[in-house]
Amino acid sequence: MTRPYTHSAQTARARPMLARLERLVPLLLLVAAVAGIMLLSSQFGIVQQRRVTLAFISLMSVVGLYVFMGNSGVLNFSSVGFMAIGAYVSALLTMRPQVKATFLQDLPGWLAEAQLDPVLGALAGGVAAALIALAVGLPIMRLSGIGAGIATLSILIIFYIVLGNWSGVTGGQRSLMGLPTYVTIWNAGLAAIGAIVLAFVYQESRSCLALRASREDEVAARAVGVRVVRERLTAFVLGAFICGIAGVFYGHFLGTLRVENFYLDPTFLYITMLVVGGMRSLTGAVLGVIVISTLTELLRLLEVGARLPGLEITLRAPAGLGDVVLAGLMLGIILFRSQGITGGREITLRGLRG
Amino acid sequence: MSSSVIAVLIDAFSVGGLYALTALGIGLIFSVMRLANFAHAEFVTMPAYALFVLSGHPVIMAIAFSVLVAVVLALMTERVAFRPLRGIDPATMLIASFAVSMFLQRLLVFAFDSRIKPVDPLAFLDGSLTLLGADLNLLKLATVMTCLVLLVALTVFLKFTRFGLEMRAAAEDFTMSRLLGVRANRVIAMAFVLSALLAAVVALLFSAQTGFVHPRFGLQIVIIAFVATVIGGLGNLVGAAVGGFLVGVVSTLLQTFLPPDLRPFREAFVFFIVILVLLFRPQGLFPARGLKERI
Repeated sequence: MTRPYTHSAQTARARPMLARLERLVPLLLLVAAVAGIMLLSSQFGIVQQRRVTLAFISLMSVVGLYVFMGNSGVLNFSSVGFMAIGAYVSALLTMRPQVKATFLQDLPGWLAEAQLDPVLGALAGGVAAALIALAVGLPIMRLSGIGAGIATLSILIIFYIVLGNWSGVTGGQRSLMGLPTYVTIWNAGLAAIGAIVLAFVYQESRSCLALRASREDEVAARAVGVRVVRERLTAFVLGAFICGIAGVFYGHFLGTLRVENFYLDPTFLYITMLVVGGMRSLTGAVLGVIVISTLTELLRLLEVGARLPGLEITLRAPAGLGDVVLAGLMLGIILFRSQGITGGREITLRGLRG
Repeated sequence: MSSSVIAVLIDAFSVGGLYALTALGIGLIFSVMRLANFAHAEFVTMPAYALFVLSGHPVIMAIAFSVLVAVVLALMTERVAFRPLRGIDPATMLIASFAVSMFLQRLLVFAFDSRIKPVDPLAFLDGSLTLLGADLNLLKLATVMTCLVLLVALTVFLKFTRFGLEMRAAAEDFTMSRLLGVRANRVIAMAFVLSALLAAVVALLFSAQTGFVHPRFGLQIVIIAFVATVIGGLGNLVGAAVGGFLVGVVSTLLQTFLPPDLRPFREAFVFFIVILVLLFRPQGLFPARGLKERI
């Protein structure tokens, strides 16, 4: 590694170039990590592959949550609501008309007939989430602290109530079945990488630097000319877009949509992942998903019953313990390491070497 | 006509009263330590489970046990989870209380599974009373009365006792009150105990009304009460009570008078109103003194 103070004119000229490359290191490492997981787990059986696919979907959603909450420091409980919007929009646009006719008789004609290509449907889901985020965010981006927390929680609840009772379009309390299940470990992994790239490019932008300044000190940022509401809104809309796409993948992964899948439990899960990893860095978001997903998987194995190799003892945890442990872990992290595992830093080569 | 009006009013007041008590429980803690306590949901759920556990036994025993559970739980969460976080920014505390809430909720699922459990702690109030030609449910009347009595009692406590004075001082300016000899740990513990007592009462009345408990029992009422404290003005106790009452009354009236097609969406309207209040009166309808963030 070239240190900034190494001599000779040649390195001096090469420095900006290297510095620019060095800025990309976190991105390259994170993408490499996700790609590595994708390649490695494609060798496993279908059950494990599905677990990893689900983790990739969580990764997208947590990255979407991070884009706004991490960079702005403003609480956001609404991200799962935008997942729901993405999921339902894509479902309605890509399901076969015959299937829609069975479950949703009251759809308007054009929607009942529509059957888009999955990619277009996914984009439509993301864009719909982003547009709604734009409309909703425009007024509420003025809020900070607890006000923002309550307002975004209210938004989540409103989405939940509306989707859960708008029976003609969403199937209401019943499940919406028959979504084309095209999600594989490959396209989910690539989409997760896409989300990471998007989040990284955004966080290196001028707009995001201004937003981060407002996170550190809102008043000072305003004083130097940062338009806090506008920068927050940008992040909110971008985050909602990523969450919307995550929702699309989630829906087409399960093949069935229930509003319950987009309420407090996943909200808590994703916030846990982000907080455990460290919500002030992209590395934290990715690491949090990896750590929590791995832990969940281990606990699940333990609940099924794990045989210690070479011993006659079978370890078996009672059902439901996993959830308790996760919530306890979240609490422990907040109490003892409130900046998360990464402490808000990005991963670097220097950091890896210790 | 007038008889049905009375019935609707009693309905509205019994719902509003429960929300007001819950909102007060949240408001008490918020006013002294700026903690928006999401875990209040479990302060309500756990005593309701205590009622379930002792459901075969005399009512008095069950109620005493549930109060004990609520108080011990509140003091423990304060000591273990919230005391180390004192003074940290309110947003982080909100996430922490969210985590406490989920932890306790999952502990309940773990211990009791997530199925609905029947409870009927106040079976003797099942009848109804005819007043001015209206058939009034005894339980709802009792709820309204209890809420009134508790509101008066709380007011007296806050106005005329030393503890009450300390709590009001702490709510106004925590640092200043400490300088003048109010013990931080004691006044915060007191707020948690009061909050737990209110939660236990809500647990009793609400479980008697619904007839069952489940791990999300408290959550449904606390989410709405949460919103009520915001509408009323976080940190202002009168505001919290009025806010809770308003939300309860408004949602009951919406339930009664909204066209049937829109009824399922009534809570969406309530939450929409919350966002409006936050936008136009960020400090709530009745702003607390000394809450405005200073630079």
